Amino acid sequence: MATRLGAIKRRLVFQVASILIGTGLLAPQWLPAQTPPAAQNPIPGTFPAYEPARTAESRPDLNGIWQALTTANWDIEAHAAAPGPVAEVLGAWAAQPAGLSIVEGGAIPYQPWALARRQENFATRTSVSVPGDGVDPPLGDPELKCWMPGVPRSMYMPFPLQIVQTPDAILITHEFNGTARIVRMNWEEESPVDDTFFMGWSRGHWDADTLVIDVTGLNSRNWLDRAGNFYSASVHIVERLTLVSPYHLMYEATIEDPAVYTRPWKIRFPLYRRMEEHVQLMEFKCQPFVEELLYGQFTKADTD
Amino acid sequence: MRPSPASTALMAMLTVFGGLTAATAARSQPDAAQWSPPKTPWGDPDLQGIYNYGTSTPLERPLALIDQPVLSAEEATALEQNLVETLNQDRRDGGAEADVARNYNELWTDASRTQLTADKRTSLIIDPPDGRLPPRVERPLTAAEEQARLEAELSLKRFTAGFHASYRDADVGNRCIIRRRNEGGGHPYLPALYNNMAQIFQSPGYVVIYAEMIHHARIIPVDGRAHLPDNVETWLGNPVGRWDGDTLVVETTNFLTADDIGRTGVVYGNADPKTFRIIERFTRTGPATLDYVVTLSDPNTWTRPFTIRVPWNQTDEQIYEYQCQELNYDLYFWLHGAREREQRGERFDPDADLDLR
Repeated sequence: MATRLGAIKRRLVFQVASILIGTGLLAPQWLPAQTPPAAQNPIPGTFPAYEPARTAESRPDLNGIWQALTTANWDIEAHAAAPGPVAEVLGAWAAQPAGLSIVEGGAIPYQPWALARRQENFATRTSVSVPGDGVDPPLGDPELKCWMPGVPRSMYMPFPLQIVQTPDAILITHEFNGTARIVRMNWEEESPVDDTFFMGWSRGHWDADTLVIDVTGLNSRNWLDRAGNFYSASVHIVERLTLVSPYHLMYEATIEDPAVYTRPWKIRFPLYRRMEEHVQLMEFKCQPFVEELLYGQFTKADTD
Repeated sequence: MRPSPASTALMAMLTVFGGLTAATAARSQPDAAQWSPPKTPWGDPDLQGIYNYGTSTPLERPLALIDQPVLSAEEATALEQNLVETLNQDRRDGGAEADVARNYNELWTDASRTQLTADKRTSLIIDPPDGRLPPRVERPLTAAEEQARLEAELSLKRFTAGFHASYRDADVGNRCIIRRRNEGGGHPYLPALYNNMAQIFQSPGYVVIYAEMIHHARIIPVDGRAHLPDNVETWLGNPVGRWDGDTLVVETTNFLTADDIGRTGVVYGNADPKTFRIIERFTRTGPATLDYVVTLSDPNTWTRPFTIRVPWNQTDEQIYEYQCQELNYDLYFWLHGAREREQRGERFDPDADLDLR
C-alpha cells in the first residue's frame, strides 16, 4: 500500500509540475532547449477547415461511436453544481455537475406560461406518474422513468451513441435504453402521425458536407433535460451534423415551436469520437431499474 | 386475463394441419442457383434491407404429418386458403369467448402468418429430422429448483387470475424489458402473431439488426473482437459475428444468469443461460430473400442440439418507433386492478381451475 501511495504521490507531483510548465509558471530548466511554441491552438470550440474522410458514395463518413461531454442533460442552460434529489442517501454520486449553456445566447426564449411550466416540471421532476393512471401531462422526468430520451436530448445524454451510415438510411442508436432512430435519406413522405414519436420522424439530406436532419411528429411528453425544459407536439427540429476533425462531430439543432417559445432558437456542442480499443455500446436496459420506483406502490402488502 | 395470441394462432394452425390428408412430399428445395449476393463497398456480403420473418409454418411438425417434411403444392395452397379464413381475427362467429380471443384484430396482426415458407415445409425445425423439439433433459430438481418452480407456478396463477402481487408477476415482455424469446423476440428470430420486422444496416466492422419491437438495435461486431468478459451479463446477450463465405455467423453469449429473471427466462426455452449456446447463420439467397438458420443447444435443458430455419423476406413496409414502457397501460391496470379487487374483499385462490399457458 505504501508503495502504491508513493507512486500516486509521485504521479501527482509530476502532473502538477507538468501543469506549471505548461502554464509557464515553472521554468523548465531541466528540459532540453525549449521548442518554439506551435501555432496558436484554434479558439476553443472552433476548428480549422477539415476535409473529412468519405464513404464510397463520397459523403462524409460519420460512422463511429460518439458521445457529448456537456452537462446539458442536467440543464441545457447554464447551471451551478447542486446536490441530487436524495443527497442524504446518494451524497456526491447523484449531485449535479455545473455547466455552461449549450443554448445560443444562453437562455431559451420561453413564452411566460411556458417558463412557469418549466419550473413546475422541475419541482415535480421526481414525482412520477405512470401510463394509465390518467395524469396528463405525465409527471416526472421521462429519463427517470426510463423512457426514450427524445430528440435532441438523446444526443447529449451522458451515454455513447453509434452512427451506422448507409446511403438510404442512417441509424443513430444510443446506449441509453437501447433507443434508436432511423434517419431516412431524401425521404418525401411527411410523418404519418402527429404528437406521437419520442425519437421523431427523422428525414435526412446532405447540405454540402453537413448532414441535415428534419425532425417532426414529436410528442409533447419529451423533456430536454432534468431541469424540466420542454417543447410541445408542434415542435420542429432541424439538426446539422458536421465533421470538423477526425474526432469531432459538431452538432447543431434549431428548435422551433410557436406554442412554447417566442422565436426559434439553437443549441450547439461537439460530439467526441470514443477512442478506446474495442469501445462499444454496452447494454443499459434501465426498465428493471425503475420498476420499484414506478410500480412498487402497487405491490400487495404481505399481510392478507 | 389476456389470452396468449401466439398460442391461439398456433392452436388454430395445428387444427388445420391435422385435418389435411397426408400425401407424398414434394421435395423441391429452394432454388439457390448460382445467384451471387452483392457486396458492400468495403467487401463484406451485403445483407441490408427491411425484412419480415413471419410465416404460418409451425416451429414443430404436427404429429399427423410426422413423415411428411414438405407439403405438395396443392396441399400448401389449400392450407394457405384455409389459414386466411381460420386465422381471420375480424371474424365474429363462435360466440363471445372466441370474439375476445381475437382481440388483436387483422389490422394489428401480420399478414405473413397466413403464408407457409416458400419451400412448403411442415416445420421450421430442420434438425432433428422429425422436425420436433428434442426431448428435455429429465433430472430430479434440487430443493432450491423445486422451490423456484413452485413459486413460478404460483406467479403464473396470480397473473392468470388477475391478482398480480407485484410487477414481478408479469413476465419480461409484459414488463417491457425484452421481447419474450419464445415469441419471436429475436435470437432466435421466430415468427409471432405480429411485428416480425427487422432492418439490417451495415458499416465497416459492423452488422446491425434493428428489430422494431422494443426498439432493439443489435450491434454485431464483425471485426474479430472477443466476447465481453464473463461477468458482464446482459438481457440480450453479447453477439460477435464473423463471415463464413457469404454467410454471417453470429454467436451470442453473456446472458444474465440471475435466478429472478421471470417466468419466461432470458434465453429461448427458459434454458440455463450458463450452458445455453446459440449460433445463427444469415445468408442472402436471392435479391429479396435471406436464409436464417439458428442452432440452439443446452445440455442441461435439451437432450441434443436443434436447428431452426426461418426465411426472411424483404418487404416494402417501414420500421416505425415502437413504444413499450412509455405506453404500458397493462402494468397499471393489472396492479391497480388487483389491489382494487382486494379492497372489495376478493381474494386470490391458488387452487382455482385456471387455463395456464
